[in-house]
Amino acid sequence: MSMKHQITAGFMPLFDSAVLVAASELGFAAREDIDLTLHRETSWANIRDRIAIGHFDLAHMLGPMPLACNLGLTPLASETIVPFSLGLGGNCITISNAVWAGMAAHGAKADLDPARAGAALGAFIRERATAGREPLRFAVVHPHSGHNYELRYWLAACGIDPDREIEIVIVPPPFMADALAAGRIDGYCVGEPWNSAAVAAGTGHIVTVKAQIWRNSPEKVIGVRKAWADENPEALAALLRALHHSARWCQDPGNHGELAAVMAQPGFLGLPPAVQMPILTGHLQLGSGAELDIDDFFLPFDKAANFPWKSHALWFYTQMVRWGHVAHTPGNLAIARDCYRPDLYRSALKPLGVALPGANAKVEGALKVATAVGATGAGLVLGPDGFFDGQIFDPDEIGAYIAGQKSARAEP
Amino acid sequence: MVRSALAVLVIDENCIRASIIEAGLREAGHEQVTVIHDVAGIARRIAEIEPDVIVIDLENPNRDMLENMFQLSRAVKRPIAMFVDRSDQASIEAAVDAGVSAYVVDGLRQERVKPILDMAVSRFNAFARMARELDAARSELESRKVVDRAKGILMKSRGLSEEAAYTLLRKTAMNQNRKIGDIAQSLVTAAGLLGPAEDE
Repeated sequence: MSMKHQITAGFMPLFDSAVLVAASELGFAAREDIDLTLHRETSWANIRDRIAIGHFDLAHMLGPMPLACNLGLTPLASETIVPFSLGLGGNCITISNAVWAGMAAHGAKADLDPARAGAALGAFIRERATAGREPLRFAVVHPHSGHNYELRYWLAACGIDPDREIEIVIVPPPFMADALAAGRIDGYCVGEPWNSAAVAAGTGHIVTVKAQIWRNSPEKVIGVRKAWADENPEALAALLRALHHSARWCQDPGNHGELAAVMAQPGFLGLPPAVQMPILTGHLQLGSGAELDIDDFFLPFDKAANFPWKSHALWFYTQMVRWGHVAHTPGNLAIARDCYRPDLYRSALKPLGVALPGANAKVEGALKVATAVGATGAGLVLGPDGFFDGQIFDPDEIGAYIAGQKSARAEP
Repeated sequence: MVRSALAVLVIDENCIRASIIEAGLREAGHEQVTVIHDVAGIARRIAEIEPDVIVIDLENPNRDMLENMFQLSRAVKRPIAMFVDRSDQASIEAAVDAGVSAYVVDGLRQERVKPILDMAVSRFNAFARMARELDAARSELESRKVVDRAKGILMKSRGLSEEAAYTLLRKTAMNQNRKIGDIAQSLVTAAGLLGPAEDE
């Protein structure tokens, strides 16, 4: 018998598609009367194109990607909204053994401390420049990605100009470790398991992680074609409830073995379950035998991980402005403010009686410790959500934040 | 005034499909066609070729890298944009359905590019059809082979003629509402499991 709602969704074979995949494979969608069909894609450009022409109703997307669509930064852009976040954290910055040796000579330690690692990298970069060597080449997965913006944020906060002192190129995630091993790139920022893969191969070192550059920060989201959302509010609300149940299931350590087995299937990640354990446990091998447990490394559910904070979208917007992707205008700011839709999340989940944030945005970096917050329902804990350099992002003071950012374009 | 010929770059990891497209472009009078299967060092190649039109298969995982390079790389002297004619939704859909995407240098007129995209779409579709037919032919051949083996087993173990063995397989398939190839496969598998039993 056919279900009440038919939904077609695209995803990329990355671990943070897990909440969407589990919703389909473990029956959370079916329980909400949804026939959820998933299609694996090979590039973010394909996801964008298939959303635009209606092959997909919604998809697993990079957090800044829907903003880029709505701001007209990409071809074939269709208006896309974000009613659900697929998790917080999950990325690392990995470098070659040669760069690690250079950084270690300047005081880097295997402790993932972004400030210490950044200072050592800066010293190594200047040493290379003095010797007349080529700038280091780093890779990210897409220009409009959390990876690109967090890599640049980290470098700039450590006094490294990401546009002039290094080169940043685009490489698909599964090719990162090979490109590093072959010497085509010197480092990269990508989600797991593509960092642990380089460490396991003995060709890379993890120097810092997203969870320490900006604790509990946004990564992938569910991007929905707005025209579809407007026409199918019931189906969308049912899907958000299914994703909520799926995310809760994914967070539970008791289910990690089964989740890794589902993701290991050839139609999803197609990688052995053991490779997926670091992202689930937060226990990472860093290279040369060092290992570390990382707090809040990747959260698919806890700490309101699925809530589409407008302050997350607006922070991405400030970085698009910072690196010259878009001009800061009242019109563009309004587009960025309207893209993430906590109202849709809240109305869909209200019948479940679960804890929901009362605000649509928060001051990012204000929570120094995990904090129980006033919210509808019971038991909601947020944060800590600090940036490693102690900066605060207040979405109500966006002009001042943008003006205060060191930009590559500010001075010659 | 004579218009200069367009330089076309085809990026496709599938060598056969790429050569089919290349042949199509040449037949249509495009002399400057370059085919690349591997994107390693592509920025340098683009700087050398200076293509007006770039055709890429959608299965290529390097599309995000290529799009970024078209916009930013110093190697690309003229900005390259995706071929999108908003007034022509049908041809965008046809391209995505066929699994092909096209990029053009800024300022190139749509009517000069559209025939190239249309040709690429039809060749991609022809290739997909051919691949499907080849698959079908291969599984037809496989099925015929397995039916022959099943007939052999029946003839040997039950002393039937070839015709009677075939009739038995066909009747069983009809009764069970299954394909004759499936019935034959079950029989071959069972005979394999039972080992020398078929010789008794």
